[in-house]
Amino acid sequence: MARIEIDGQSYEVQDGDNLLSACLSLGLDLPYFCWHPALGSAGACRQCAVIQYKDAEDKRGKLVMACLTPVADGMRISMDAEYAQKFRSDNIELLMTNHPHDCPVCEEGGECHLQDMTLMTGHTFRRYRGLKRTHNNQYLGPFINHEMNRCIACYRCVRFYDEYAGGKDLQVLGIHNNVYFGRFEDGALENEFSGNLVEVCPTGVFTDKTFSAHYVRKWDLQTAPSICVHCGLGCNIAPGERYGKLRRIINRYNGDINGYFLCDRGRFGYGFVNSPERILKPQLKGYPDITVDTAESYFRNLLKSVKPPIGIASPRTSLEANFALRSLVGEENFFLGLDDTEHTLLNAIVELMTEGGIHSPSLREVEQADAVLILGEDVTNSAPRLALSLRQAARSASFKLAESLRVLPWQDAAVRNLDKQAITPVFIASICATRLDDAASNTYRGSPEDIARLGFAIAHHLDQSAPEPVALSADEQSLAASIADSLKQAKRPLIVSGTSCVSLAVIQAAYNVAKALPSTDKQLAFTVPECNSLGLAMMGGLPLSQAFERVGNGLADTMVILENDIYRRAPNRNVDLFLQLADHVVVLDSLENKTTGHAELVLPVSTFAESEGTLVNNEGRAQRYFPVYPETESLRGSWQWLTGAMEECQWPHHDMLTAACASAFPYLVGIAKAAPGADYKVKGSKIPRQPHRYSGLTAMHANINVSEPRQPQDTETPFAFSMEGDTAQVPPALLPVIWAPGWNSNQAINKFQQGTGGHLSGGDSGVRLIEAAGTRAWFDDIPSGFVPTPGRWRIVPLPHIFGTEELSLHSLPLAERLPPFCVLLNPEDAKTLGVESGDQVEISSIAGNSAVKIPVQIEPTLLPGLLGITAGLPAFQFVQGWTQAILKKANQKAPL
Amino acid sequence: MNEQTLSPEEIQEINAEISRYPDKAAVAIEALKIVQKHRRWVSDDCLVAVAGLLAMSPAQLEAVATFYNLIYRQPVGKTVIHYCNSVTCWMLGSDRIGERLCRHLNVDLGEMSADGEYTVLPIVCLGACDHAPVAMVGDELRLDITEDAVNEILGR
Amino acid sequence: MEQINKPLTKNILPDRVFATLADYESTGGYQGLRKAITELQPKDVQQWVKDAGLKGRGGAGFGTGLKWSMVPDIDTPQTRYMIANADEMEPGTFKDKMLMEQDPHQLIEGLIIAAYAIQANTAFIFLRGEYHLAARRLDNALQEARSKGFLGEHILDSDFNLEIVLHTGAGRYICGEETALINALEGKRATPRAKPPFPLVSGLWGKPTVVNNVETLCNVPHILHYGVEWYQGLGRGADKGTKLFGASGRVKYPGLWELPLGIPIREIIDKYAGGMQDGYKLRGFLPGGASTDFLLPEHLDVVMDFEAVAKAGSRMGTGTIIVLDDRTCPVQMVLNLEQFFAQESCGWCTPCRDGLPWTVTLLEDIIAGKGHIEDLDALAGLTRMLGPGNTFCALAPGAMEPLQSALKYFREDFERYIAKEPA
Repeated sequence: MARIEIDGQSYEVQDGDNLLSACLSLGLDLPYFCWHPALGSAGACRQCAVIQYKDAEDKRGKLVMACLTPVADGMRISMDAEYAQKFRSDNIELLMTNHPHDCPVCEEGGECHLQDMTLMTGHTFRRYRGLKRTHNNQYLGPFINHEMNRCIACYRCVRFYDEYAGGKDLQVLGIHNNVYFGRFEDGALENEFSGNLVEVCPTGVFTDKTFSAHYVRKWDLQTAPSICVHCGLGCNIAPGERYGKLRRIINRYNGDINGYFLCDRGRFGYGFVNSPERILKPQLKGYPDITVDTAESYFRNLLKSVKPPIGIASPRTSLEANFALRSLVGEENFFLGLDDTEHTLLNAIVELMTEGGIHSPSLREVEQADAVLILGEDVTNSAPRLALSLRQAARSASFKLAESLRVLPWQDAAVRNLDKQAITPVFIASICATRLDDAASNTYRGSPEDIARLGFAIAHHLDQSAPEPVALSADEQSLAASIADSLKQAKRPLIVSGTSCVSLAVIQAAYNVAKALPSTDKQLAFTVPECNSLGLAMMGGLPLSQAFERVGNGLADTMVILENDIYRRAPNRNVDLFLQLADHVVVLDSLENKTTGHAELVLPVSTFAESEGTLVNNEGRAQRYFPVYPETESLRGSWQWLTGAMEECQWPHHDMLTAACASAFPYLVGIAKAAPGADYKVKGSKIPRQPHRYSGLTAMHANINVSEPRQPQDTETPFAFSMEGDTAQVPPALLPVIWAPGWNSNQAINKFQQGTGGHLSGGDSGVRLIEAAGTRAWFDDIPSGFVPTPGRWRIVPLPHIFGTEELSLHSLPLAERLPPFCVLLNPEDAKTLGVESGDQVEISSIAGNSAVKIPVQIEPTLLPGLLGITAGLPAFQFVQGWTQAILKKANQKAPL
Repeated sequence: MNEQTLSPEEIQEINAEISRYPDKAAVAIEALKIVQKHRRWVSDDCLVAVAGLLAMSPAQLEAVATFYNLIYRQPVGKTVIHYCNSVTCWMLGSDRIGERLCRHLNVDLGEMSADGEYTVLPIVCLGACDHAPVAMVGDELRLDITEDAVNEILGR
Repeated sequence: MEQINKPLTKNILPDRVFATLADYESTGGYQGLRKAITELQPKDVQQWVKDAGLKGRGGAGFGTGLKWSMVPDIDTPQTRYMIANADEMEPGTFKDKMLMEQDPHQLIEGLIIAAYAIQANTAFIFLRGEYHLAARRLDNALQEARSKGFLGEHILDSDFNLEIVLHTGAGRYICGEETALINALEGKRATPRAKPPFPLVSGLWGKPTVVNNVETLCNVPHILHYGVEWYQGLGRGADKGTKLFGASGRVKYPGLWELPLGIPIREIIDKYAGGMQDGYKLRGFLPGGASTDFLLPEHLDVVMDFEAVAKAGSRMGTGTIIVLDDRTCPVQMVLNLEQFFAQESCGWCTPCRDGLPWTVTLLEDIIAGKGHIEDLDALAGLTRMLGPGNTFCALAPGAMEPLQSALKYFREDFERYIAKEPA
């Protein structure tokens, strides 16, 4: 710690920090634009000027940029000195010479950092009489608006997009006051993290286009703390609602997980909540309009059938809903509703996490890794936000070299200038090229078996007692040896694997490598596909195929399917048969899908935006999400339908259900502590979901009834659908909206952190359920290498950020970014088949079923004999359950 | 794309430059100048092709190209006349030289003359202030230019 | 030893196109290099240059030997780079061009010695793209030097290896700023870098790098060849050595002369430049290029060294004087300068990027008769706002020097325009 004096007051600040960050960490208001805690200092905007004095005698001092000035013990500075204040105000005046006066029509208005900083500096009067420079805007795709005239050239966008996130298509063009932040030509931004530009930009150059479609001011949004449901990482989000519509998602800071950034699927995948495919009323086959009460009693009656009903659980809904289902049907009738292989993989992952003795890292810990091995994952597509963290880990060697040159970590450009000479060992073994390869020091491509074998070989190189794969090629041997050497030297090596390869061997190999590592700070991270995949697997249950068998054997005739389109989990024919054989199918879901289409009774359930629940992320962290707005009349949370159908419901409230769930499973004990319960009050009242400037409250329903309706009550969470209540004492992790006086943008977060960029004051949200314990024996079931069978292709599903996850597939803006429906083939294979990119092939199962024509895309990094398809893409549902396929050239192209 | 857009000579020269630097992207400016040497300016297609050779994105190369005033992203005439408009030449009448050149060629600054022969552009101090006003005609520096000398420069 | 008092230009003769290698060697060329490499350790070379008192000739006047001695651990083998800054683009400055065109080997020898002094094995000449003739002559001279064993492996049979790469730029004044130059050399946008870290520690491709101006490097061979004492004997005042001084504008004989540091300005303008052209009077002058403060006829007796010119309220800068005559409007002259600086701003930091265009519009308005008297306060405010330390690099503070002094010395010219405002 260093002691410094600011305007005569003495403060303790963090050694090695820069003065701007130190001032903000102390809660002081010092304006800035180009600095960002995750991006470091740039020195471009000159907004954070303060006066630095040599010593007590020095009364004049000199102007310095706080962001570029390292704190030093005994330092004396002034923020209030007249010259510093004037400089900051004059600097805004300069920015304003070109910034348009369009705040009333600008979507950033009301949460604009530039507005905040302008007010903070006191610049009010315009002296500039000249013309403002203007630019043409670009089409940047379905997610982001571009309004370059508003640009104040802080360079944050390109520093985030290019340097931090690895995007190459947004750059600064031009020079002097004609700098332009855009693309080479119109087109969708390619990077998977483009949405963060909305929050990184201090003003309204980049705004959320999906929000524009139904825009309201930030202060008119009702918000609650929530968790992203679009992958297994559990990023924290702040969804906003108005008039019963979910309007947008923004980042909600969590110092352990997502920090400041979300991926585009998480930010723009919310459209399903407003989708016309939403099920808003109960549906009973043959009865057009049924009431909720009828549906409920019908449901109860169905459950009384002679044969015990079976329940099919869901990895995309809460622990509580799944637990309610399990309680309703009984443990012996509880099926996880996963693809059977995935079921096996998730069980293996849970076992390794709970008994393997290796730490599973948070994303913050991932960023601190100094060597990385990714085994079988295209992380950018399977767990996108993790890829952004790995990209930062890939720079750890630069930070290390910088330290030796006494360059401080926040001296951003200086550290980046070392990137080329400081190579962090990052190895990616994947089925084909991944979007993170540019950050890798070495890559390996092969079939899942080859990837597993490489992993086993690395483990063996690290520890001779680990089993060794036979018949490895010399190249693979030496690669394994070099990876092992790099990992061995690392202090904080990280192994990343997961379910994408659909290979147990890959997961086991990843464990062997992690186990063989000598470091005590080693980490093993598994990705899982859905928001509660891990939680569901921790709960445990029977595999889906057994449910099919049970119905097939006539042992069951009634089934309750919880938020699960089981057509995504098993071959169509099996599901068809299963649903036909069952006498009664009850489906609880929020969206219409193939499964709901076969249901006798469909119960409409609320989404994450209208209900509460606990999810467990891939790290083993339980987090609670809360309803953003009340569900409409006929909707209920799944847990409510399920508990309501119980003979004697012991759990009328969510907290009780959470507690029961916690006590039912040893590893879930912690979930009750994931967030406070409904009785939690701050100064005697619930936490308001509506900001204190929420407008139109008395008028918003006046078109229906001029009498102001009573506020909907929330009996299940600590939040109120209201603007009443004090937020000053609310722990930051529970704050629906990040706001502080003078800080209307999301950058107000610095008022709620333990130091800028640090953990939230009072702790980040969620509880870790699993800490490393125990150990496991080496896995020794090493597969043999993949050998292509002539005339047959091995199907390898490849996840895609916009094509794989079920809920976001129902979200309109994402449709424009859907991957093309095609199969990937090695160039040699394409040649053998006589096809080129764009030509059609006929694909059929080895039994010769379902010949379907699909265009081919040639992928040089895919090995011969492999056939890449987009995992989870509905158009590929017909190959569900196939492992191999037969291809032949289609004789004619399908019309476009 | 590359092979079609850039000539073998251009590719060869760019590759030769690449071999002199530790990093492909370091050749960005040099590569654009090579293209310009062969075709006077850098079209969008050429820029995309060069970016491909240097393993950069077109936007990354455009960021560099649009920074430097001697990279032309619009067509220019066979001879570019850069007349100095910095302080000494300005004092000694460079504005009139520029006007005269434009009037003779019937072009605005930066435009290509109708016959495709010339483009007139202002440029910063050419380091020959003792012979102001000066201009660079193609690669050749012309000193002590008078308004009459404009005819001679234009070869008419 | 013969009396050498014009070491930099001794080979530049009126009847010679340029000094060939033979010409260069005939007057002691490459002897300094020979001495450095065969007799002296790198640290000794640094010490010689330090003792000689050579200060950078690019404008800032930092001690050259001192700069070299700040490169860390030169005894440890590591990649280091030596760069000659030949990006001469300061308006009114035309000295490096002559040195490179007329005597290219002098720069090359200086660069090799400098590289040896900091143990760099690769050197670059960053030459502005418009200097085509200099490029040809340097290219040719580099080949000659290579064939004579002054470059390449085992230079003069020593263990020292060096390659020099001639790199030509694509325009932009900002490339003359050493960190911007490094970015340009890396093929990037020439935006300056934050310091620290200084290039001496982390420069080109993150390696220790020294950047010296052409004229600075041209001094080095002579210091080695003729010795420290000889060098200190040159120069009349506090600063050592000779310097190229020039004058342009409406003087009788605009030109460039190698003269001892410490020479009075009056001598340069009256004696060497022949005084003002007939019919013109001296109104003022920028002593060292576009980014120096105006001085007035009353300052003619100030001597040209770093300190004396600074005391008079300006900077010696590049030592090339731009003369303002009585028929040229100082306000319009300042507008021309500010247009230059606004155009050449890299666009990185706010005060420079947005402050210079505002300066230009204010001046344009004033000249167009649309000025207000408060505009002069706004301009004065900008000169403070864009002053030293407030911007990312020295471009904007340099731009403010002629403006602030014009507001001081030629205020009535500004006011006259404003008074013309129609009622």
